[in-house]
Amino acid sequence: MNRTKGDEEEYWNSSKFKAFTFDDEDDELSQLKESKRAVNSLRDFVDDDDDDDLERVSWSGEPVGSISWSIKETAGNSGSNQEGREQLRSRNSFSSYPQLPKPTSTYSLSSLFRGRTRLGSFQSLSDALSDTPAKSYAPELGRPRGEYRDYSSDWSPSDTVRRLRKGKVCSLERFRSLQDKLQLLEEAVSMHDGNVITAVLIFLKRTLSKEILFRELEVRQVALRHLIHFLKEIGDQKLLLDLFRFLDRTEELALSHYREHLNIQDPEKRKEFLKTCIGLPFSAEDSAHIQDHYTLLERQIIIEANDRHLELAGQTEIFRKHPRKASILNMPLVTTLFYSCFYHYSEAEGTFSSPVNLKKTFKIPDKQYVLTALAARAKLRAWHDVDALFTTKNWLGYTKKRAPIGFHRVVEILHKNNAPVQILQEYVNLVEDVDTKLNLAIKFKCHDVVIDTCRDLKDRQQLLAYRSKVDKGSAEEEKIDAALSSSQIRWKN
Amino acid sequence: MSFPHRPDAPELPDFSMLKRLARDQLIYLLEQLPGRKDLFIEADLMSPLDRIANVSILKQHEVDKLYKVENRPALSSSEQLCFLVRPRIKNVRYIASLVNADKLAGRTRKYKVIFSPQKFYACEMVLEEEGIFGDVSCDEWAFSLLPLDVDLLSMELPEFFRDYFLEGDQRWINTVAQALHLLSTLYGPFPNCYGIGRCAKMSYELWRKLEEEEDGETKGRRPEIGHIFLLDRDVDFVTALCSQVVYEGLVDDTFRIKCGSVDFGPEITSSDKSLKVLLNAEDKVFSEIRNEHFSNVFGFLSQKARNLQAQYDRRRGMDIKQMKNFVSQELKGLKQEHRLLSLHIGACESIMKKKTKQDFQELIKTEHALLEGFRVRESTSYIEEHIDRQVSPIESLRLMCLLSITENGLIPKDYRSLKTQYLQSYGPEHLLTFSNLRRAGLLTEQAPGDTLTAVESRVSKLVTDKAAGKITDAFSSLAKRSNFRAISKKLNLIPRVDGEYDLKVPRDMAYVFSGAYVPLSCRVIEQVLERRSWQGLDEVLRLLNCSELAFADVAKEDKASSESLRLILVVFLGGCTFSEISALRFLGREKGYRFIFLTTAVTNSARLLEAMSEVKA
Repeated sequence: MNRTKGDEEEYWNSSKFKAFTFDDEDDELSQLKESKRAVNSLRDFVDDDDDDDLERVSWSGEPVGSISWSIKETAGNSGSNQEGREQLRSRNSFSSYPQLPKPTSTYSLSSLFRGRTRLGSFQSLSDALSDTPAKSYAPELGRPRGEYRDYSSDWSPSDTVRRLRKGKVCSLERFRSLQDKLQLLEEAVSMHDGNVITAVLIFLKRTLSKEILFRELEVRQVALRHLIHFLKEIGDQKLLLDLFRFLDRTEELALSHYREHLNIQDPEKRKEFLKTCIGLPFSAEDSAHIQDHYTLLERQIIIEANDRHLELAGQTEIFRKHPRKASILNMPLVTTLFYSCFYHYSEAEGTFSSPVNLKKTFKIPDKQYVLTALAARAKLRAWHDVDALFTTKNWLGYTKKRAPIGFHRVVEILHKNNAPVQILQEYVNLVEDVDTKLNLAIKFKCHDVVIDTCRDLKDRQQLLAYRSKVDKGSAEEEKIDAALSSSQIRWKN
Repeated sequence: MSFPHRPDAPELPDFSMLKRLARDQLIYLLEQLPGRKDLFIEADLMSPLDRIANVSILKQHEVDKLYKVENRPALSSSEQLCFLVRPRIKNVRYIASLVNADKLAGRTRKYKVIFSPQKFYACEMVLEEEGIFGDVSCDEWAFSLLPLDVDLLSMELPEFFRDYFLEGDQRWINTVAQALHLLSTLYGPFPNCYGIGRCAKMSYELWRKLEEEEDGETKGRRPEIGHIFLLDRDVDFVTALCSQVVYEGLVDDTFRIKCGSVDFGPEITSSDKSLKVLLNAEDKVFSEIRNEHFSNVFGFLSQKARNLQAQYDRRRGMDIKQMKNFVSQELKGLKQEHRLLSLHIGACESIMKKKTKQDFQELIKTEHALLEGFRVRESTSYIEEHIDRQVSPIESLRLMCLLSITENGLIPKDYRSLKTQYLQSYGPEHLLTFSNLRRAGLLTEQAPGDTLTAVESRVSKLVTDKAAGKITDAFSSLAKRSNFRAISKKLNLIPRVDGEYDLKVPRDMAYVFSGAYVPLSCRVIEQVLERRSWQGLDEVLRLLNCSELAFADVAKEDKASSESLRLILVVFLGGCTFSEISALRFLGREKGYRFIFLTTAVTNSARLLEAMSEVKA
């Protein structure tokens, strides 16, 4: 991103709101730090035993987290959970939890649900209901058996759907003709309750041949979506694929098949499975991705076997110095490239694990390649490789530095990898835009670049300001003083 | 700093009743299995459960040991097992495996499954298939409204988003309708209803049906809440995809607020342990900074720290009696404040560090450029570089989606090259993620060559032909263009202000995005509330693809008190962000309203995109 400062200014002006900065040196942060100090200084006075105050604060005055804790405790007791046990040690066991005022257990609970109650503690509830007839808030259960007797009655489709919505047991067996079944389905759809739609679909799936079911659903999109989701949830992959096939939704068919690879843990088996995906009717673009996925895993299996062997043998320096943290299997391509730039940088193009080979096989763009290689080599502090990455020779044999990602990015990546100032300086100097260069140099404390740039810009004020930021009596300060007192420079300010 | 409400702002209803109701229902259900029992709880239900009950309550109802539902054999030796789970197939399969293992071992126990918030027929089907139907008793715990704060109710159903907006499964619509029904029973009918989006419309219709069936219950009650507004998440993806910069949103983006509380690690607590901190109106420090732009927070915190110092300093020069008074009356409050202050300062510091490291400023600049539609090429190459450097996969995806929605889809060349690079950087299996994003309309490709409208009209001709039904689905994502640029113009989402936007004294809801953008969702709500209808918004609705999906059902004569008419319940189907909450709180303060938020879950860009991601950790 080569955004010039001019652009930025124009942007902020045009958008008319204050740029909110997150810079380290920001006033606000120092303000914050100051208040933190102030608050911390009070700690001696304030901090004493009641550490758990906050944990107990809750909206209704009840302890927070107690149920989750006690579940961890159960896990801890069963001897399988170290964390749970630690929790146990650090907290009071729950028998010693502060006892809450006993909930209203002196009277039968079910009487509460009638809505009308004489008890003071439920004043607000009864208030709210005072002008309504007594209503049961109890869940629908424990009703007399008699309620279930309407099994055999002739409910109309709309009555049936309504009963289903209320969660009542309701037989659908009397809907035998296709017309009745479809009417039932349509009633369910017009009711909007997905649970009922699915209930009817379960019945239809059981009592209709799949061709008929599919045919009818094809023109009923809402119901169709419910069936598809239901099949996904219960994992009836076979019927799902049949359905997609019937509907001619080839792409969904292919994706749905491909999705299964996520459930295969064994890398060899996964690879074999991916192979079966290659011929599936994906879009042209996705076909290429699937092919790449297969090739990548195939490569990773080879590299993994090879490197594990090398690591175990303990003969290879790079693996001894930097033991692998994880297996490369199933990692993304860019991660694989990073790995290969880290462990196999100098390998010839012919080997599967060489970066150049990966770049060619997967047509990795230049930018991406340079970015990744840079990060990997910088991490190893292989500054020589970094240098080579950006050096090009022209036909006259002169070398020139060129970076497809822009040198400001290079500098940032180097800084993230703790590159020494001398190295940083070299690349900061290569940044073309002067303002960007100056900003980066200030940010990363490349004093020489700052001083030289200010001198080139003839910006005396900035140089003066910078003087206060370097150490007293340092070489930088001397250099600044020399420049400031130089009679050669015609300062612009 | 924190803006006071107007003196005439209405009081919020007391939602703690919902907690009591849920707790009593749970106790009732536990009592249905008398005697000692072990309770297995699904991980996702643990935090919500913690907010309404605690171990001693469970103990009082003869719960012996607590276990987490996870995929391994149960070690419980209890004669009765109770499972508290979401209605998911995988949970039922797990339970079935336990029951069948017992059967095989010749062991008989009692089993009870409590599905929350409701059971699904598909779950019962699995019980039947596994041969344990009848061995297991099933109940429902209709716990679907958790008050996370005085003005925020959450259904705690993050899966709502994927189930509905990706898979098109309407299973939660009944849950939403039931929740609305419960609210109207407890807090009176809603005289004015508005909504936008297909899911909003369906939920509204089903809710109305429920009210009709149980006629008379809410009749004659005085409404407490004057308006209800239902909104689908897909009406406005853009807002949810933006980086958040108000404090609460930023804390959520950085540390993830879970069920109203956050885990602050040792680097924030300046001690050796993590702390679970509840973030709500009760936290006096937090409540003053939660809605503030992050840049204002430092100033506030340092002011607070100075005041605190001054108050402590007063103890110097006190005589014994004064000191005694100070210790007994003020010290506790000061200590509490001190603790909170040091936590939030720690959090700010940690946020600053993280944001500086990831070049947040550059990121925000790119986002704003996308919102304004400037320098699209540069933004595209910024995204490209993000991908190449393997910066977090979710961040890269987020920017691509923003680019796609603001530009009506990516041009094919960019789409192909960004996708290829993405797969190379983060793994080829993300092919599936891209397919999901395309289906949800989050990341699409502009139709090559043809102008989109031509394709659309051709498709619509085909649609009438029954046999061509299958084609329509394939084109549905194309047909639904986001039209963000036009909508933004129409609704004036990018404020044109002279001079600098003063974030300390916000002038409009855009302050939640540094003054660069007014959240679309909030603007639509504002406009409709102003008119009490959709009148004059036809063009906006057309651009939002919602011409048929907006409704307003307004009371002819207002029986409601003027106070209740300034209370508005906003229902976000598919999740809302803290930025949207802050923006509407601001609007409320300006206009003398109070907003109450009901969301299927609190969300942010990362949660939204993780829900679309096919690669599970």
